[in-house]
Amino acid sequence: MDAAPTIAAGEEMALAAPAPAHARPSLAVTLRIVAVAVIFVFALVGIPAILDSYWLQIMMSVVIYAIVTLGLGVLIGRVGMVSLCQFVLLAIGAWVALRLEYLWSIPFPILILLAGLITSAIGVGIGLPALRLSGLYLALITLMAAGAITVLLRVAQFPNGGSGFYGNSRAGGASSRLSRPSIALKDVAYYRYCVIVAALMFLLALWHVRTKAGRAWAAIRQSRATAVSAGVNVTLYKLWAFALASFMAGVAGCLLAASSGGVNINQFPVQNSISLLAVVLMGGTFNLFGAVIAALFLRLLPALLDDWGVSPELLTILFGVGVLQVLLTAPGGLVDQVPKDLAKLGRKVAGALTPKAKRTAPTE
Amino acid sequence: MIEVNELFVRFGGVVPIDRMTVTFPGGTCGLIGPNGAGKTTFFNVLSGFVRPLEGSVIAFGDDLLAMTDFRRARWGLRRTFQTEQAIVNLSVAENVLQVHEHTGGTRATRRQDVKDAIAFVGLDDDANNPVGTLGAGKRRLVEVARAVVGHPRVVMLDEPAAGLPDRETEQLASVIRRIPPETGALVILVDHDMSLVSGCCDTTAVLDFGRLIASGPTAEVLRNEHVIRAYLGTEEVV
Repeated sequence: MDAAPTIAAGEEMALAAPAPAHARPSLAVTLRIVAVAVIFVFALVGIPAILDSYWLQIMMSVVIYAIVTLGLGVLIGRVGMVSLCQFVLLAIGAWVALRLEYLWSIPFPILILLAGLITSAIGVGIGLPALRLSGLYLALITLMAAGAITVLLRVAQFPNGGSGFYGNSRAGGASSRLSRPSIALKDVAYYRYCVIVAALMFLLALWHVRTKAGRAWAAIRQSRATAVSAGVNVTLYKLWAFALASFMAGVAGCLLAASSGGVNINQFPVQNSISLLAVVLMGGTFNLFGAVIAALFLRLLPALLDDWGVSPELLTILFGVGVLQVLLTAPGGLVDQVPKDLAKLGRKVAGALTPKAKRTAPTE
Repeated sequence: MIEVNELFVRFGGVVPIDRMTVTFPGGTCGLIGPNGAGKTTFFNVLSGFVRPLEGSVIAFGDDLLAMTDFRRARWGLRRTFQTEQAIVNLSVAENVLQVHEHTGGTRATRRQDVKDAIAFVGLDDDANNPVGTLGAGKRRLVEVARAVVGHPRVVMLDEPAAGLPDRETEQLASVIRRIPPETGALVILVDHDMSLVSGCCDTTAVLDFGRLIASGPTAEVLRNEHVIRAYLGTEEVV
């Protein structure tokens, strides 16, 4: 990707009459910044403080999967491409990280970057032939690729210190775990490490959607003809989006390989790609925070159901109903719908209270 | 100047453009004809969406058909579509900026160029509003702003006034008339609104069944009996 689109930061246009110096940013923007800060601090400090080690591990996996759902959300919401191979790319990220770690001991941050970049290259390899197709056909091709890679991974298994290219020895047990960075050996510290990496990925996504690439994607999403006649190299920017989503899956894979319990090849069945798509649609693809909601659905909800003694089979039905609900009533996803509904409810409650106050007034 | 020579397009058994030869001299040129005459297909050939079997299109000395589709915008070819295509998820400024940054506009003048294009169509007050919140007339103007930002050389407008009320059509016409003198671009205007065409275009070409049937100064062309027959049918039919 040496022809990567040049993205200049800070090119967001604020063209309307240059704001006077004393003008404050709009209430909505301030609220959003405050909300993001509160969520970040709560994730970093609040969650480890209130949760025991079991639930902290669940939240750790929520944070890691939020990176995957973020990538897929950008792909679907911003570019309009549906990929069903993100789950397998997550496994590839884990595999690459483990393989490199057993080959050379690499500092963890560099390992994250390498796992992301190599997964990104593999993602582009899948995307290259698939990009001539769109919609259902692209989804189908990526699902087929995911199936094929899953078969290969099942044969290869995750590296666990064995010899040879695959680095797997049958005596090594079914799960492989990457050694954690020395600054984050304990679960709480590693959880925070994951939160920070995830936050960086959200910034990376935000930077993309706010700059040249994001505007090119918006043009492509509108229609191919619009994009081409406005000078957008459609193939390059589609590939770039695919590379970004794959990079994120690879980064998440590296983090996952070092999480509690490590990774196990049976953890990545192909059908999970479909669940992934369902939760991403439910969370909302246009707002980046939809990715967090999607990850909560994907990782926290099953654990909660399990805790309450409800069969996990129910999950498929819940996701089905959820997707139907979102597609029919909330194209922006739950991240968009819930605040709107809450505001509506607030107005209704306020509306119900005011007339009462008026009614009581004359009797005084 | 654009010289179209012996252009031939076939879709299976349909021939939307049948050995069309025409010259667009400059300024604002009208391109009219009944439905199915091949006007939009001609625009699609210039955009690179349709590949002609034969013929050539030479624009200002450059062979347009030899360029990759998305590079034609960088060369200076811009267009609007019959179905409006301003990007609904972006603001007016971002819409215009998107074209500028992907068509080789220099970064140093980017902010000013975008501002100028928005001022050109008179949408200064809406610069930061999302296109999705604007009315139909303003969305058309956003498309025109997208078409004129930077250094356009050829601007193709495909039925820009379709479905607009008269007042907004007049506003659009005054913007279209200013494109050639203020940007130096050649404008090709396709529309069924004859008052718009005669009000904007110095010269007009008429297509029927993919062939040129008349061209020249607009007033003369609109009086031409072949043109009247193509549009209104012959007396026997009426």
